[in-house]
Amino acid sequence: MLNGNIENINLLLGEICDPEIPVLTITDLGIVRKVFEENNLFIIQITPTYSGCPAMDMISMEIRMKLIENGIKNFKIETVLSPAWTTDWMSENGKKKLAEYGIAHPNKFNNVDAGPKECPQCHSANTILISNFGSTACKALYQCNDCKEPFDYFKCH
Amino acid sequence: MINRILNLADNNLILCQRNGEWCGHGPILEQDIAITNITLDLLGQARLWYQYASTLMNVDNNSYSEDSLAYRRNEREFLNILMVELPKGNWGFTILRQYFFSQFQFLLYSRLKNSGDTTVAAIAEKSLKEISYHIKWSSEWVLRLGDGTDESHEKMQDALDDLWPYTGEMFIAANFENEDECNELKIEWLQKVSPLLEEATLNIPENTFMQTGGKSGIHTEHLGYLLAEMQYLQRAYPDAKW
Repeated sequence: MLNGNIENINLLLGEICDPEIPVLTITDLGIVRKVFEENNLFIIQITPTYSGCPAMDMISMEIRMKLIENGIKNFKIETVLSPAWTTDWMSENGKKKLAEYGIAHPNKFNNVDAGPKECPQCHSANTILISNFGSTACKALYQCNDCKEPFDYFKCH
Repeated sequence: MINRILNLADNNLILCQRNGEWCGHGPILEQDIAITNITLDLLGQARLWYQYASTLMNVDNNSYSEDSLAYRRNEREFLNILMVELPKGNWGFTILRQYFFSQFQFLLYSRLKNSGDTTVAAIAEKSLKEISYHIKWSSEWVLRLGDGTDESHEKMQDALDDLWPYTGEMFIAANFENEDECNELKIEWLQKVSPLLEEATLNIPENTFMQTGGKSGIHTEHLGYLLAEMQYLQRAYPDAKW
């Protein structure tokens, strides 16, 4: 007999936040690829963002804790690599939450990373790249030329 | 097959350990963060290869793991190319080595992406997205330093003279590689690297004797010291966990 159901598990997964960017849930980020039932086990497939992202081990542990806390014990977490994770899977709601948190969301133009659309503080489009590598693997560092505030940009990947 | 995977894993892990020496010592904060971010990608890729290698090696029992492969093998069992184990040198040397390696990785992984082995193909596909950033960053620095001040130019030319004898090994087929493919990779790599070096006003040394041995476990004197530091904890306290 299985405890819980797929719908319930999906709801629970939607409550787990990314440890580095706590305004985003792992479902906003597109880390959860699929939840299904197989041989009396729930299989939860997740995909890593960047290969070396230290948050991935923590995310796996948080999924485990969350499900066990809610009485679901018969599950297995599987990592799938292909298709490789892309920021295209980030939810629209996730993008909005990022901007409110002060991080410019991924912005593509003609399928190429076009850099931040606007400064998350003053909404000016006049910004400059400081470094392609920021405080975590997924971010670049920019500065606004108008309000002068430096800010993180979530790179297209 | 296992040696092929270990070679890919070892190249990444050893370069990762070398680049990691820059952590907290980069010339400026942004570039310190850049090289360590790249290094983290290399480590993540190495882990994926080691995880796969250990599943292939655990036929009869479960004696291999990504940690045992990284921390419990001796110098002669490492199959990385010699270039990645050389001391980190100055910033110019580190940059140029990263560029040479990333460019090589990009061409090699572009082939592995089409491998019939779905795990190999998936790891390659995932890594390629990261490697593209590494090439962009390192090539910009090669250009800036090579065609920069007299001093930066001199240091880059010295780095090129020192590194070049170690580039040949990438394209000399080991027993787990295909000779024709290595030759094709060499041509493609030179087509990418030569124009950039020229634009950076750097001269490729001529008639260079190419050093080899790493892919069959015969290393420079530097690898032993690197492993001694990297493996110390697991050797002193086997199976220690965080």
